Amino acid sequence: MPKVIPVPDAVSKPFWDAVNEKRLILQHCAACHRLQYPPQQTCQFCRSADQLAWKEVKGRGHIATYIVIEDGRLNRRMPDQPYNLALITLDEDPTINFYSNLPGTPPYKVPVGAAVEVTFEEVAPGQLIHEWRVIN
Amino acid sequence: MATQNTYSWRRDKDGLGVWEHRGKVAVAGYGHSPVDRRWDGVSMDKTLGAYSILACQKAMDDAGVTADQIDGVICCDSHIAGASGGSASQWAPRPYFDPPYDSEWGLTLVNAEWLIKQMHLTNVKFAPTKVPTISEMVGMAAQAVGDGLCTTCLMIYPTGNLEGRYRRGGENADDYARGARQWTVPWGNHGGNDFINIFPHNQYCLRYGGTHDDLAPFVINQHRNGLLTPWGYNASHGVPQLTVEDYVTSRYVLNPLRIWDCDRPVQASAAYLFTTAERARDMRQPPIYVLNHAQHSFRQRTTQPDLDEIEEWTDRAARRMFEGAGLGPQDVDIFNPYDGYSIMSQFFLEAFQWHGVKRGEALAFYAGDIRVEGPHPFCSSGGNLGNGRTRTAMYTDSIEQLRGTAGARQVKVRAETALAAFTTPSNGGWIMFGKHPS
Repeated sequence: MPKVIPVPDAVSKPFWDAVNEKRLILQHCAACHRLQYPPQQTCQFCRSADQLAWKEVKGRGHIATYIVIEDGRLNRRMPDQPYNLALITLDEDPTINFYSNLPGTPPYKVPVGAAVEVTFEEVAPGQLIHEWRVIN
Repeated sequence: MATQNTYSWRRDKDGLGVWEHRGKVAVAGYGHSPVDRRWDGVSMDKTLGAYSILACQKAMDDAGVTADQIDGVICCDSHIAGASGGSASQWAPRPYFDPPYDSEWGLTLVNAEWLIKQMHLTNVKFAPTKVPTISEMVGMAAQAVGDGLCTTCLMIYPTGNLEGRYRRGGENADDYARGARQWTVPWGNHGGNDFINIFPHNQYCLRYGGTHDDLAPFVINQHRNGLLTPWGYNASHGVPQLTVEDYVTSRYVLNPLRIWDCDRPVQASAAYLFTTAERARDMRQPPIYVLNHAQHSFRQRTTQPDLDEIEEWTDRAARRMFEGAGLGPQDVDIFNPYDGYSIMSQFFLEAFQWHGVKRGEALAFYAGDIRVEGPHPFCSSGGNLGNGRTRTAMYTDSIEQLRGTAGARQVKVRAETALAAFTTPSNGGWIMFGKHPS
């Protein structure tokens, strides 16, 4: 499954560095005590710039809903079609969500509401991305 | 002439009160080019530029004004054929043509400067650059006239389409995901309103009950209304009426999103003439007054907007519009929200509580009588789904319904106010029209 390769920038580099170490870290604002994902330069809730720190999370979540991409626009993913694209909510803060192709779950066979855990997948030499796998 | 757009015109905050120019600005004319599937690369009278000039001339003729009276030109310079990437994005590297088609201008791009030159509009004093899409552009035109920056303003929205699969190039052909795309593209989200709305739509069905195919009556009615719109793509190209069977057996794009849930990209242009209410009363058509315009740009809190966010955003947009217009849900006769993907229209319907529809009630509403002849003529324009991806049908139909000139689409219910938009739940704007200034 040749996925598109993320290109870290100054803000996201710590996140992707952690992913490459198979750790899921999110920004945590010490001023308003909220998690933030994707990472930003300031806290989206209280606008603090100097109160953001990285915090490792457990990487447990649930499947909120999903679609199956049958005719997407991304050249690199076309050979994979059809494939699942699930919306995963984070247990530690369900207002935070992630996308997942749910490796190991066949297309259309997605158990909505099921528990998932983070896993990591190599998309280029040395570059991992965070994925989610259904917990059996 | 082109003027730098540093003008602060948006009404994009909560609690702004009634619009200061309510009923003092009017639309006095409109014009549509033909709607083609694509430009053929040969017919110079069918380029995006030629169609935009034609639309402007029709709008001026409709209002009964001449070129020397135009003192404002507002034209969105970002079009479907523009920055979206792929083989449809630009004409180059194919050879250009004789002037004025010796660059991308007039072929895949049109702006005020190009139009002013080609149309010899010598008295223009307001022609901003970096103009947003028609979603917000109608508000910009209304505010500019209200503020006195111009008095007779053409607002043009060209939508081009060349050969090639839609948005299959550019970033979507890249093996790498940069910027905000690093959080979506690795998993397959190419970005767009299809993705933004399909997940909340699924959550909607889970929360309130119903299935995706419950959208069929709405989609089919959009096609029906489109066939009652002579200038639209479907009516002008003999597209047969879509049936329930056609819809439910059509191929999936982003399952459950089907091909018929998506609009058809086209090559077209439309123009509207905004002026002061006072001047409009002396023009050829009865004025259609602007009662408010409002914009919104809501920031999602994480990777993907969910149903809660979508409902909150659309509720806020509705409050802004109603507050600025001094009207409430019960006052809106014609309701033309955006339908570029069928899956988002229910969010607008319920937020604006048109005909009393509350959260979770849209699918049942769709199953009722939403024909233009009936008691609930929802989206009487046929929108993008019924007319092609012009993004203008909602505005034109609203004007025609209030004028009483919508022909076979003319509603049987009262038609004195109309709400129209090309907007998504997160970004865009609304405009409220009135048959009367107050």
